[in-house]
Amino acid sequence: MTASIAAPANEEKPVFYQREEHGHAEGGSTMLGFWIYLMSDCLIFAVLFATYGVLGANYAAGPAPKDLFDLNLVALNTAMLLFSSITYGFAMLEMVKGNQRTTLMWLAVTGLFGLTFLGIELYEFHHLIEIGATPQRSAFLSAFFTLVGTHGLHVTFGIIWLVTLMVQVSRRGLIEANKRRLMCLSMFWHFLDVIWIGVFTFVYLMGMLR
Amino acid sequence: MNSANTKTHVPTAPHDDHDDQSHGSMRSYLIGFFLSVVLTAVPFWLVMSGVLDSKMVTAIVIMAFAIVQIFVHMIYFLHMNARSEQGWTMMALIFTLIVVVIALSGSLWVMYHLNANMMPVHDMQQMP
Repeated sequence: MTASIAAPANEEKPVFYQREEHGHAEGGSTMLGFWIYLMSDCLIFAVLFATYGVLGANYAAGPAPKDLFDLNLVALNTAMLLFSSITYGFAMLEMVKGNQRTTLMWLAVTGLFGLTFLGIELYEFHHLIEIGATPQRSAFLSAFFTLVGTHGLHVTFGIIWLVTLMVQVSRRGLIEANKRRLMCLSMFWHFLDVIWIGVFTFVYLMGMLR
Repeated sequence: MNSANTKTHVPTAPHDDHDDQSHGSMRSYLIGFFLSVVLTAVPFWLVMSGVLDSKMVTAIVIMAFAIVQIFVHMIYFLHMNARSEQGWTMMALIFTLIVVVIALSGSLWVMYHLNANMMPVHDMQQMP
């Protein structure tokens, strides 16, 4: 039974490592690495959701979700993010086909939807702060602004990244490196949409039910 | 820039898992989009119109819709499958989900009980 682990008969030493680096395509591990980054980002949001879940009912005699949220606005916001997701998908399809102009066009449309989302969110925040529902007002509002604000910050940086890539693509074309970057941003953008599903369900819709 | 340096991608043998990246198709994006619209619209309609009498039932239903929609996004937009990167993306996802579930349920559970126990409702006269 132990024959298989006996030392080899010839004098050649066993080798437990690869002597020569085998070929790795440039950027071959980028997608996995970026996915792992997204998973770590997921943990940030999990902690913020947990914080909101714990503190979300502590109003400190201040305003409750029912007094603050406008679901029509949230529905519009959700639609903007969903549209931006599908238009980014179209951009990726055009990228695979190698159409630089249409890729750039769909990326621009995605950016506009993203900006609209941000605009609506900033309008909502401005409105809340104006009527006195500031982050300092209650634990509920602190947790709310932290969670939704972190998501908004991610969208902001996503848009900056998008504009950067549009410049890159228009100057260098759809080279392999740019395709890889566009695929990373694609994952980032769709991931933000996934987080938003949690936000509108857990924060806005459940808040209105309380 | 000249076009000479555009070909930096060297097709090398065994670990070139670059090309099994799925980009999806127009059809899969449209299916995902359609499903997402339905799965978003129904919860909003449920809450805004208040058709279901019980708030508890409404909450459970919209949570279920959210979970389904997250899966739809994962499959149709993020192109998750068990094969990409030799299954490592799926492994990372499963690990993360376990940590997320522990963090969320643990925090809510512990803090709920802490809240209940810190309620200043005890009448000290009744204490032995």
